Amino acid sequence: MPRGEATIGRVMAQMAMVMNLDKCIGCHTCSVTCKQAWTNRTGVEYVWFNNVETRPGQGYPRCYEDQGRWRGGWELNKRGRLALKAGGRFKKLITIFSNPVLPSLDDYYQPWTYDYETLTNAPLQDHTPVARPKSLITGKDMKISWSANWDDDLGGSAQHGEKDVLLGQVCEKIKLEFEQTFMFYLPRICEHCLNPSCAASCPSGAIYKREEDGIVLVDQDRCRGWRMCVTGCPYKKVYFNHRTGKAEKCTFCFPRVEVGLPTVCSETCVGRLRYIGLVLYDADKVLEAASTPDDTGLYEAQRSVFLDPDDPHVIAAAERAGIPRDWIEAAQRSPVHALINKYRVALPLHPEYRTLPMVWYVPPLSPVVDAVRDSGHDAEDHRNLFAAVDALRIPVDYLAQLFTAGDPAPVDAVLRRLAAMRSYMRDINLGREPDAAIPERVGMGEEQMYDMYRLLALAKYDERYVIPPAHAEQAHKLEELATECSLDYEGGPGMGGSGPFGEASGGAAPIAVETYRALRDRQTSDTPAAPLDKDTRVNLLNWDGKGSPPGLFPPPPPGGDATGHGGGEVEPKP
Amino acid sequence: MTAAAQTVTTAAEAGTGGILLWVVLPYLSLAVFVLGHVWRYRYDKFGWTTRSSQLYENRLLRIGSPLFHFGILVVLIGHVIGLLLPESWTAAAGVGETSYHVTAVTLGTVAGVCTLGGLAILIYRRRTVGPVFSATTRNDKAMYVSLTATIALGLAATVDANIAGGGYNYRETVSPWFRSIFSVQPDPHLMSGAPLLYRLHALSAMLLFAAWPFTRLVHMLTAPVGYLTRPYIVYRSRDTRLGARAPRRGWERTG
Repeated sequence: MPRGEATIGRVMAQMAMVMNLDKCIGCHTCSVTCKQAWTNRTGVEYVWFNNVETRPGQGYPRCYEDQGRWRGGWELNKRGRLALKAGGRFKKLITIFSNPVLPSLDDYYQPWTYDYETLTNAPLQDHTPVARPKSLITGKDMKISWSANWDDDLGGSAQHGEKDVLLGQVCEKIKLEFEQTFMFYLPRICEHCLNPSCAASCPSGAIYKREEDGIVLVDQDRCRGWRMCVTGCPYKKVYFNHRTGKAEKCTFCFPRVEVGLPTVCSETCVGRLRYIGLVLYDADKVLEAASTPDDTGLYEAQRSVFLDPDDPHVIAAAERAGIPRDWIEAAQRSPVHALINKYRVALPLHPEYRTLPMVWYVPPLSPVVDAVRDSGHDAEDHRNLFAAVDALRIPVDYLAQLFTAGDPAPVDAVLRRLAAMRSYMRDINLGREPDAAIPERVGMGEEQMYDMYRLLALAKYDERYVIPPAHAEQAHKLEELATECSLDYEGGPGMGGSGPFGEASGGAAPIAVETYRALRDRQTSDTPAAPLDKDTRVNLLNWDGKGSPPGLFPPPPPGGDATGHGGGEVEPKP
Repeated sequence: MTAAAQTVTTAAEAGTGGILLWVVLPYLSLAVFVLGHVWRYRYDKFGWTTRSSQLYENRLLRIGSPLFHFGILVVLIGHVIGLLLPESWTAAAGVGETSYHVTAVTLGTVAGVCTLGGLAILIYRRRTVGPVFSATTRNDKAMYVSLTATIALGLAATVDANIAGGGYNYRETVSPWFRSIFSVQPDPHLMSGAPLLYRLHALSAMLLFAAWPFTRLVHMLTAPVGYLTRPYIVYRSRDTRLGARAPRRGWERTG
């Protein structure tokens, strides 16, 4: 696309995520760690900022994709202009006293705990005492009949399977046999959309998109609990805290991302399937892209909003827009940009909701590979795989419903690229001559294909997460010149927040530096226990008070002047 | 006779009780209402919410809540017209006393019945639906008592005076008294002569207003009318304010 000539509007940076669904094993580690970090409180017992759905399946909350019922996201009105599907400003205010399309707790699930006390308090009896499930909402005994992942691994799909919203749209005849055909997992977080309909639905203006990194947040002090955001979000990723009466949502772990660490769900992902990076986009083109007349054109329209961070015009425009240099460099190295625009293997989730979501997915090739393998053919041969992509309409059509508003062509293209990578790399791994014709058939070069393999298959930590830290730490230095601890240099003894009067004295260290430094060192060093660039820790319990064990005091500065607390002091003062 | 002297004279006629009820109490209530809201907004922004219970139960709320809220909005408009507009203004606009009264009584009664009916549904729901009841604080219960008493007394006053009785023109007594509070020339004498139900309604309303800033009713003051004019998507810079609250005095960031 000739972007250099076109005028570039307001350049903005967006922190975005891509998930490689082929690697998801549905272990729910992301969900559990996210819950422990963010929603292990009363009022949000039923809330999962991150959840993993088995597809085909109903999802969480149940059948949230049925926008005919839930009225989430945007639609084009009769004049072709973008409008909130649940109704505009007047309708919102008229229905503010009772939101007509708010999911009830039963659409999520009734959260519960168990009466564990009975297990220890019960008197001696013939039968083992039972811990009954108790509702966390009413406190009464309850029968567990649904949860956030009740249909995990297609559990109960014989009973509920036909309720999958997408299956209804794909084809009548496959409804009954889909569970024999394919299955995959879909982890979901807030999409941090470029055109967030939750923010547009908020009567108080409490939901905002951060200018610096595009993270969508709820200002808890301005939220008044009007509940319109829950309806507005088509992904149903804004939740109502029934104790505080405020909306809550995924924060993209902004306290971690601000210091260059990946989100909790990404950090703990067992399959290493999540990628985090920056995308530069033209904010002035967002409305135009979201108003694309045809639903199936939205995928390409959203891609056209993104800017090429290597284009000198874009770099100049980004600098004019005040985006720091290291952020532009991070955008150039961004794995998200690579997967979306360079290799073009990532697709947006439900672009037809017109919110321009920013968590994209590499669709799974495994349903196709499994089908080929089960038929007894070589599942690594690109000819077999290409033929299967063409022949296996059920998974392709289903994926198209999920990622491209029903247009199978982009899904076909992605699956063929993934299949080509698979068979091309197989030749290399077996020591055979690689076949340059394979990448060529999917419009890629050999080197590009290897780079894609490296990013998708090897997925090194620092290639998966390219997160430039926020520049809040500079603000401190700029405004409080020469007020920082003189020992607070990189690797110095003061680093980590110790002031002149002991631990935690002096000016407050940025929470970022204090809390995350150790974690960061552990992740980037080769020796987990004793980082090479750090002084070894001294166990004072083993010190008899005589002499000075190595590492007790910092080494004297190289210029001499080893007075005071040098390593030379033999007898400690009483 | 100066205005101050007149006030003193009328105050003397009203007696100490009258002064306490119709001069001291209104100003106290007004002061608590205004300052209470300022304090609450500064101190407890996080608690400033509707505390909606729609997630727990929707069937009854769907009927009761709009019934109550729209009813009370009409009641509010009625009070603004009845209390703030002098009788001479409506007369000048060509609305006679009879036609004004018929309209006001009809609309007022309908709105009052809607409000009270909605409130009854909401209170029934609050008591009978388990999760909603367990989310009800003592503060809420006190608020419900005060609110119900005020609305019931107001409706009773209207019905008693106009439907059962021969009609009462509150615009000659209650309304001038109400305006006299805000023109800082309180005239308790006007109120002493009003029927008992009107006086009780005014008293309960003053108590309700004094309690207002400390209950969940605060959500009324942040009714989101700004939504009609603001752009759909709100962008906010991280740097303008670190954290959601503005820094305390003396702790502002420099530079």
